[in-house]
Amino acid sequence: MLEMIRQPWPWYVAGPLIGLTVPALLILGNKSFGISSSLRHACAMCLPGKIPFFQYNWKKELWNMFFVLGVFFGGIIAATLLANTAPIQVNPSLVEELSTYGVTDFSSLVPSDLVNWNMLFTVPGFIMMVGGGFLVGFGARYAGGCTSGHSIMGLSTLQWPSLVATVSFMIGGFVMANWILPFILSL
Amino acid sequence: MDSICINESRKQHKWHYNIKYLIVGLIFGVLFVKAEVVSWFRIQEMFRLQSFHMFGIIGSAVVIGMISVWLIKRFDIKTLSGEKITFNDKKFNKGQIYGGVLFGLGWGLTGACPGPLFAQIGLGATVVIVTLISAVAGTWVYGRFRDQLPH
Repeated sequence: MLEMIRQPWPWYVAGPLIGLTVPALLILGNKSFGISSSLRHACAMCLPGKIPFFQYNWKKELWNMFFVLGVFFGGIIAATLLANTAPIQVNPSLVEELSTYGVTDFSSLVPSDLVNWNMLFTVPGFIMMVGGGFLVGFGARYAGGCTSGHSIMGLSTLQWPSLVATVSFMIGGFVMANWILPFILSL
Repeated sequence: MDSICINESRKQHKWHYNIKYLIVGLIFGVLFVKAEVVSWFRIQEMFRLQSFHMFGIIGSAVVIGMISVWLIKRFDIKTLSGEKITFNDKKFNKGQIYGGVLFGLGWGLTGACPGPLFAQIGLGATVVIVTLISAVAGTWVYGRFRDQLPH
């Protein structure tokens, strides 16, 4: 049984369970699922300045910070108690493409050839981690939510602006993965 | 425009009331890792149409979410403390397009949307803390220059 749980879970098991987060948060306390809000709360807590966007009662939103802290602990548990020791399965054509950039380590979900402290001080690493993080934070707030708030919660409640946002996420991702990332990795 | 950040619950609670959200987050984090949603490789496969996995995850999550919301509305299900569950409509603005594309570019780079960032740090990829701080910085810069941006 534990062996089975340690394997990667198929989409038809994990997807519906992820979907259940929506009613779980609603029934526990009338909370709308959304993760990128935590980044805004972090700003409101630490450095609100005189910026109106960060002037609100963040103490009422603490549940969101508890939630993301839980996600962090979930990562620890998955990496220790439920760790999958086998190399992860990656599409062969992606493996071949990545090998041309020197990415050959498939032992972790986070590519250790690209995402590590030494790479942070190289041009591609800096663009990926610092630039990418900035775009995620800036874009999510600009769009009014991220994959959880728009693509899962928003679509679940049939919000058409969330569909617009989701399609935009996908367009940005397609452009990055297919045309810009190969260039960045070749730097 | 800010509906996503407004807490609809009017009840006041002590801090330990929030522990249950930590537990839901924990389960969610485990799911994220075991489903490989936090995998940079899975995100690359998705955007290159090399695997159905991520589309299956998001698609089935949305279907279950939709059915749940429909059931909550249909049977007027209340929260555990007996409050009415409310939904607020998102209003369209051009930020959903501009911001959405920028977010997508970032997602394709880091292979992680905000949730997986927290889980990746938990996995032991400590350098992702830098990515997370950068995401907070991006959020702050948006807040600072919000009035000057087209919406």
